[in-house]
Amino acid sequence: MSAPAMGGHWVTWMIVLVLLIGLYTLIAHDNLIKKIMGLNIFQSAVVLLYVSMGTVTGGTPPVLLEPTAGVTEPVLYSNPVPHVLMLTAIVVGVAITALALAIVVRIQGAYGTIEEDEIGAIEMRHDEAQSRA
Amino acid sequence: MSEHLPILQVVLPLLAAPLCVLLRQGGLVRWFASAVAWVTFAIAVVLLRATLGGAELSYAIGDWAPPIGIEYRVNLPSAFVAAVVAAIAAVVLTFDSRGSATRLAMRRRYLFYAAYLLCLAGLLGMAISGDAFNVFVFLEISSLATYSLVSIGKERRALMSAFSYLIMGTLGGTFFLLGVGMLYVQTGTLNMADLAQRLDAVSGTRTVSLGFALIVIGLSIKLAVFPLHQWLPNAYTYAPPKAAAFLAGTATKVSYWVLVRFVFLVFGASYAFDQMRLDLLLMPLSLLAMFVGALAAAYQRDLRRLLAYSSISQVGYMTLGFSFANREGLTAGLVHMLNHGLAKSALFLAVACIAYRAGTTDISALRGIGRRMPFTSLAFVIGGMSLVGVPGTAGFITKWHLVLAAFDRGLPAVGFAVLLSSLLAVAYVWRLVETAYFSSGDDGGRAGGGSPGGEPRAAVLEAPLGMLLPMTVLMAATVVFGLWTRYSAGIAGDAAAFLLGVAP
Repeated sequence: MSAPAMGGHWVTWMIVLVLLIGLYTLIAHDNLIKKIMGLNIFQSAVVLLYVSMGTVTGGTPPVLLEPTAGVTEPVLYSNPVPHVLMLTAIVVGVAITALALAIVVRIQGAYGTIEEDEIGAIEMRHDEAQSRA
Repeated sequence: MSEHLPILQVVLPLLAAPLCVLLRQGGLVRWFASAVAWVTFAIAVVLLRATLGGAELSYAIGDWAPPIGIEYRVNLPSAFVAAVVAAIAAVVLTFDSRGSATRLAMRRRYLFYAAYLLCLAGLLGMAISGDAFNVFVFLEISSLATYSLVSIGKERRALMSAFSYLIMGTLGGTFFLLGVGMLYVQTGTLNMADLAQRLDAVSGTRTVSLGFALIVIGLSIKLAVFPLHQWLPNAYTYAPPKAAAFLAGTATKVSYWVLVRFVFLVFGASYAFDQMRLDLLLMPLSLLAMFVGALAAAYQRDLRRLLAYSSISQVGYMTLGFSFANREGLTAGLVHMLNHGLAKSALFLAVACIAYRAGTTDISALRGIGRRMPFTSLAFVIGGMSLVGVPGTAGFITKWHLVLAAFDRGLPAVGFAVLLSSLLAVAYVWRLVETAYFSSGDDGGRAGGGSPGGEPRAAVLEAPLGMLLPMTVLMAATVVFGLWTRYSAGIAGDAAAFLLGVAP
C-alpha cells in the first residue's frame, strides 16, 4: 500500500493502528501485567501522535544554533511545544505504570494469582462460603 | 501576597504532601494535614469572595504571560467548585477514623495523608487551571493519588477495585489528552480563553468534532456518566472510609466542572448543543443513570455499595441539569455539586461510624442500630432525605431547579421523571430506616460481633466525638443549605449566568 493510497496520512493511520492494538490488549487479556502493557502501548500511540503533529516537513530539530555556526538565513524548524508536552505525558505514564505494577504485586500477594478471571472465581467462592455461614 | 492566592491554593497542599512523608509520625501528620486543608479552604473562601461580583482573576504562572504561559483563571464557578472541594476535604480530614486500617497501614498512615493532600491539590488545580494541558496534568495527579488511596482499603478487594479504577481512569485521561491534541493541532494554542476565540473559525472541521468527542468521552469516564460508571461502585465501597467520604464528595464533581467549562467556555454552548447535539446524547443517559443507579442501590446488601450506586444516580441529576443548557438547569447542576457532595460525604462518614461500632456494613446485620446508635442513625436518615430531595434538605433545592429547568425547556415529561426517580431514592433510603428502627434488635448483640466488649443489646453506644463532630458539621450544612440558599443556589445561579454569558 503506497502512501498516497492512504490519503497522505499514513503516519496517522499507523498511529491509529498502534492505538487500537493497545486498546485491544487492554480489553482482551485477563493477565493484569498484559493489561498494563496494553495501557502503555495505548499511551505510546498518543505520544507518537503529538510528536508527529509537531513535525514540519523539511524542518530541523528545534535546537538553538550557535551564532558562530555561520547560518544567516532563517531556519525552518519543527514545533517543540508538542515534544515538551509529551515529556510531561511520558512522566505521567511512568508514574501510572509504576503504581499499577505496585498494585499488581500486592494482588499477587493477596490472591496468589494475577489472572483477572481466577481472582473473580476466588471472590465468588469466598462470597458463597460467607453466605452459607 | 494576595495576588498569589490562586497558585498558593494549589501549591500549598502539593508541597505539604512530601512534608507529611518527612514528618512520618502518624498523629503529628494528621494535625499538620488538617491544618493545611483548613488553610487551603480559607484561601478558597477569600478567592470566592473576590469573584462574587463577577470579577475574573487571571494568574500567569512564573510571570509568563498567557496564552504562551500557563494561566490560572479564577471566576465565580471555578472558585465555587474549589471552595466546595476544599471545604469537604478539610472537614473529612478532621474526621478521626478508627478501626478502619490494618496495623501495618496504621504505622504508615502518613502516606495516606500525603496521598490525600496530593489528591486535593490535583482537584483544586483542575478546578482553576485555564490551560487545557495543565488540566490533564492535574487530572492525573489527583487520579494517581486516588488510585493509591483506594488501594489502601482494609479488604483485599480494594486492590482489584483500585486496579480497575486505574485502568478506566487512565483510559479516560488519555482520551482527554487525545482530544486536547486535536484542538491544539487545529488552533496552535492550549490556553482555554485563546482556544475559545480561535475555535470559531475552524469549528466545522472534523478534527475539532473529534476533539470534542474525545474530551467529552474522557471526562465522562472520570465523571461516571451512566454506561461508563463501572469503576465507581467498587472503588467507593472498598476505599478506606475517610478516602471514600472525600472522593464521593469531590472527585466526580470536579470532572463535572471541567466538562461544563470545556463545553461552555471553550467550545461554546451553540457548538456543543446546536451543532453537536450533546443534549440528545446526555439527556437520555442522565435519565437512565438516575433510574438504573437508584434501582441498583435498592438491591445492595452492603451499605457502602448502596451509597456508591446512589452516587451514579446523583451524577445523573448533575448531567441532566447540564444537558438542559439553560440557566435553571445549569444552576441545578452546579448547586448539586455542593448539595450532593455534602450529603454523600456525611453519609459515608456515618457509615464509617456504624462500621466502627457495629463491625459491619452489611444492612441485614444492622437490625436495631437506630436504638444503639440513635444520633448516627438520625444523621444517616437526614442525609438520605437529602438524596431523596425532601423539602428542608439541600437535595430539594436541586430537584426544584431541575424541574423548573425541564418545564423551561418544554419537557415536562423529564420533570416528572425527576420526581419519579426520587421515589426510587425513597426505596433505597427506606431499607436502612426499616432495618434501623422497625426491626427488632434481637440479634443485635450477635451481629455486632466486631464491637468492643460485645455490649448488651439495645445499649446506646455512639461513635466517639472525633468521628461524630465532622459528620454532624456536614449533615448540618445539608440542612442549612436546604433552607438558606444565598451561598449555594445563589452563587450557582450567578455562576450559570456567567457561563451562559447573560447578566446575573
